[in-house]
Amino acid sequence: MHCLWCDQEIIKDLNWNNLFQLPRNEVLCEGCKEEMHLLKGPACPKCSRETDEGELCHDCERWGEAPLERNLSLYRYNDFLKDVIAKWKYRGDYILVDVFKEDFLKRFKALKISKEAVLVPIPLSEERFAERGFNQSEALARMLPLETANPLRRVYSEKQSKKSRYDRMTTNNPFTIRTSITHPVVLIDDIYTTGRTLQHAAKLLKEAGAPSVMSYTLIRG
Amino acid sequence: MIKRLINWWDGRFERRFSAVFPPNFNNPHDENSPYALSLSGKLLLEHQLPDDRHTLLENKYLIKIPAITKKHFDYACNRCGNRVQRFFASWPCGCGGACVYCRKCVQMGRVSCCSYLYIWSGQLVGFPRVERACAWEGELSWYQSVASERIVEAVDGQSHLLVWAVCGAGKTEMLFAGLERAFAEGKRVCLATPRADVVRELRPRFESAFPNVSIVARYGGSEEVDEGAQFLLATTHQLLYYARAFDVMIIDEVDAFPYHADPMLPYSTARALKPEATLIYLTATPRLDLRIRSHLNLLPTVFVPQRFHGHPLPVPVFHASFDLKKRNVPKALKTWLIEKKKADRRVLLFAPTIEKAEKLKGEIPGSISAHSEDPDRENKIRRFRQEEVDLLITTTILERGVTFPSIDVAVLDASHDVFDEAALVQIAGRAGRSPEDPDGDVVFFHDGASDAMVNARDSIRKMNKLAEKGGE
Ligand SMILES: [Zn+2]
Ligand SMILES: [Zn+2]
Ligand SMILES: [Zn+2]
Repeated sequence: MHCLWCDQEIIKDLNWNNLFQLPRNEVLCEGCKEEMHLLKGPACPKCSRETDEGELCHDCERWGEAPLERNLSLYRYNDFLKDVIAKWKYRGDYILVDVFKEDFLKRFKALKISKEAVLVPIPLSEERFAERGFNQSEALARMLPLETANPLRRVYSEKQSKKSRYDRMTTNNPFTIRTSITHPVVLIDDIYTTGRTLQHAAKLLKEAGAPSVMSYTLIRG
Repeated sequence: MIKRLINWWDGRFERRFSAVFPPNFNNPHDENSPYALSLSGKLLLEHQLPDDRHTLLENKYLIKIPAITKKHFDYACNRCGNRVQRFFASWPCGCGGACVYCRKCVQMGRVSCCSYLYIWSGQLVGFPRVERACAWEGELSWYQSVASERIVEAVDGQSHLLVWAVCGAGKTEMLFAGLERAFAEGKRVCLATPRADVVRELRPRFESAFPNVSIVARYGGSEEVDEGAQFLLATTHQLLYYARAFDVMIIDEVDAFPYHADPMLPYSTARALKPEATLIYLTATPRLDLRIRSHLNLLPTVFVPQRFHGHPLPVPVFHASFDLKKRNVPKALKTWLIEKKKADRRVLLFAPTIEKAEKLKGEIPGSISAHSEDPDRENKIRRFRQEEVDLLITTTILERGVTFPSIDVAVLDASHDVFDEAALVQIAGRAGRSPEDPDGDVVFFHDGASDAMVNARDSIRKMNKLAEKGGE
């Protein structure tokens, strides 16, 4: 086996503890694994931002009641993940999604989400989808054991990085919705930064009948 | 017999590409197309084609070949030459089939089983014949002019040539006559080098030497587009964008790659050349594969054993220092540094690892360290160059290319694995670069000399001997 990120050969040493276990399919080498930091410590219960004692963070306090009930993120953002995400998403190295597979699935199972719920990956605009060839949120959703639905459509383009925070907070909803929803929804996206995109999506889903909307994201930016 | 075998082996990349795109492809067109300039010689992806691609394809101005081919159970990437199966991965492509893409070259834009590569097959672009293009008026040393003549011959004879020139031989100037000849005949030329900073450094030099030739510089992160320049300066990765483009190709520091381990460079080099072309390798420290070919006369070779200023290369001195694993700054190194300080000499110190470099910096007052993972390294190198600091500690990243006029060089723990023969020769080559101060000190601190150290010293001595003999 070779590490999916750095291509170093993964050598497993045999000892009494793993002798009788089935060999596991390792994706990353030890060195690369250490670069990925799972969010484990105290964090804001609504948005997963790390806080001192697990209290509500400043932003969430200010938001008050919001359509997105809560967000759960898996990893802390760092340079390593930035590089992995860039190669995966922008360069189109699809298979890198496997880097996250084990953790992403494990944490999801621990959430004990109702079997009734559906996964809704955040869509890309047609333009962006044509450029990349795949939607990273869909790739993430595909790893999870629940049904996926695609009721949302993206009408405004994703290009927003140059706008100020205020602009981002007040722009129009970039999504439209096509159908009504009766199941609880888990939104899936790669990065939670301001939460604005997910709030917009949650608002529409609630209006279309979703009894509850939360989000499960890979990285807390 | 062995020679034929090696020739056959070396031709494998050419054969592989010829199998998907036959050389001397018969193009049925006499008339010129407005696209010839920007498209000929390129290896294009769908999105790089002009809007009337369909007409061009229909009229056979463009030929398309599959990006990835499958033979039996194995995939092969026709863009980067990759055949290692773990670098092919499947993905849910819109094409509907069981689609596989190449991870090896995904950084340059993804190609998969359903994508095509496009090659211009219309009339090739005709470049102007630029007479007496070279505006450089300097003078070559005796050795430089010998090499220069051989390069001109190789350009004329469309042959291969290894220019084995010591660090500081002045290789850029040796190329000028050959380039002038190429441009006089309307040839298209590429100079490829492994590092982007070399491209940036060479560009102004070539621009002032060849003011009437169109030059474009391409490297990862450069915004320049090649709209059909006669002279391309590029990093070796950029060769992935070319096919059957160049009459003359010069590959600088060819030993900086594990040429045998990664087929990307030899494959894309073979493809970027026209079927009849000149290929020139430049290096101070050729690896074994090239040495064997040179030795068997399979690869014509010209030596430049002398620096442009005519002084011999500084020969490294070995300095045993058995406390170098125990102390961060071994005693011998400390004494040497103090001496240098007293003599007002500036020092470039090589450490085997980044960690070690940082430790040294912490213990030697007035020093700075620069290494590959240091975002501020450009700035630190500049500070050392402008003599704001007298001691720069670095890892092997500074072994090549970067030159400082008047310094002494030391290697700490020179028998460490990271310092192979080539690296040590290159490191020693940092000293004594300027004609005003041609004999810098080179010291290898070690706790047991390695073969690489001994070989490096031998090869430097050999070059000096060669230079002595020839100079008479
Ligand atoms: Zn790794
Ligand atoms: Zn919060
Ligand atoms: Zn490839």
